[in-house]
Amino acid sequence: MNRRVLRRWVSNGMVGLMILAVIVAVLPLVFILLNLVIKGAGSLSIAFFTRVPVPAGETGGGVANAIVGTLLIVGTASLVGVPVGVGAGIYCAEYPGARLAKLTRFLADVMNGTPSIVVGVFAWTLIVARVRHFSGLAGSCALAMLMIPMVMRTTEELIRLVPHSLREAALALGYPRWRTSLAIVLRTALPGIVTGSLLSIARIAGETAPLLLTALGSQYFSLDITQPMAALPLTVYQYATGPYEEWHRFAWAAALVLILVVLTLSLLARLATGRRFTLNG
Amino acid sequence: MAETVRLATARLTAMYGKFTAVKDVSITFQANTVNALIGPSGCGKSTFLRTLNRMHELSEEGWITGRVLLDGEDIYASRVSPMQLRRRIGMVFQKPTPFPTMSVYDNVAAGLRVNGRPGRSELDGVVEHSLKQAALWDEVKDRLRGSALALSGGQQQRLCIARTLAPRPEVILLDEPTASLDPGGTQRIEELVFALKREFTIVIVTHNLQQAARVSDTTSFFYMGTMVETGATRQLFTTPREARTEAYITGRFG
Repeated sequence: MNRRVLRRWVSNGMVGLMILAVIVAVLPLVFILLNLVIKGAGSLSIAFFTRVPVPAGETGGGVANAIVGTLLIVGTASLVGVPVGVGAGIYCAEYPGARLAKLTRFLADVMNGTPSIVVGVFAWTLIVARVRHFSGLAGSCALAMLMIPMVMRTTEELIRLVPHSLREAALALGYPRWRTSLAIVLRTALPGIVTGSLLSIARIAGETAPLLLTALGSQYFSLDITQPMAALPLTVYQYATGPYEEWHRFAWAAALVLILVVLTLSLLARLATGRRFTLNG
Repeated sequence: MAETVRLATARLTAMYGKFTAVKDVSITFQANTVNALIGPSGCGKSTFLRTLNRMHELSEEGWITGRVLLDGEDIYASRVSPMQLRRRIGMVFQKPTPFPTMSVYDNVAAGLRVNGRPGRSELDGVVEHSLKQAALWDEVKDRLRGSALALSGGQQQRLCIARTLAPRPEVILLDEPTASLDPGGTQRIEELVFALKREFTIVIVTHNLQQAARVSDTTSFFYMGTMVETGATRQLFTTPREARTEAYITGRFG
């Protein structure tokens, strides 16, 4: 009798601790979102999305150049990062024992743990210092470098989750190896790979350090990716550290837009996964 | 009916690297018969089955010596394409393996589409015929476009059989096809196997001795990589020649 009461108390205590941990984990996110909405939503206007920044001291203007810049830089990075990452992931999953696969896997894990500023410095040395010119393209290269190992490892893990029996069933039907890999195995893993890719795009969309050293930022609207380019994280950084009250409000609003972009990507990722689960259930 | 040998092995030995899994097995399988392979776990019967459609060589370090003859021709000859061969010798596995991203219809059509671009009406005909042969048509005819994963385990296994039948193979290999099914599902598969021998030659690996006795014409008993005894099922179960066979079928080991 006593033991049962004790067990219940210990159980309740442990559940309580876990709930506490969950609250501690989620609370910062809630505060960040609330704070951004309170301080940033007021500055959101149509002009904010359609106009470029005005000189300091003047009011009005927007961050259209930074929004377009982020889309261009991240889009270009994804155009390179997703195919290369998925391709390398397929290779590592198809030939798991190959020496090259083991080496690639190890290097990708190292890259995943590399601070993004290091990648920024690397891209600066490799591209910016050599051509003596900051550019959006250099920023895309840095972001692609961050993205490839992430996409690669997720792709590999998801392909390896596909049961071996499925591969055998296709081969026993007379499927050639390449068609088994693409039409059966990769196709089965595809929703997860889409999710993983979207999440890594969301991850790099918020990167600031590599862009400071490569894309630099710009006050002007530009679609030329070979020129210095504005991006939302750079705008947030520049305006938040600036001296003007107006700039600070803009920084909050830009941060809100940035987190909304990332949130949308994450939601899309959830949607892609959700479809897979209903299909399997 | 005149007896023709559909499939035969001659001194077949299957290896994994340096490990011998099947040793020196010679069996013949007559056309339009059901042939059971029985024996305790790890006796080599599944490995033997996988040498018959060249799936064994896909296992890590899998290789063979000896010969496997389909209609008198060596399937391991260098001019034989394993892909083409596997369309002539189909295989069904222990666990149902419907392709999860495909509909019921596309699952059955998969083996035909990999072999070319069949026309719509031809495909419709083959899919319907194969599903009817697999005794699944009535259950799925209204949801051909639905996901194959929505079917029950037994239905999924019959779908896999339909998928194997669709390219019209000569031989069907079944690797413990009822091991993951309930008694009802098992019975339907057994009835199916019995009916299918009119058109196909069947080799079935089973752990279930009653199943071997119920469905097969011949039975071969495997033990520790060797084929101990092969013969007509009735003879093997009533008057086995080998002491080890008798011990196994009477439940004294394995």
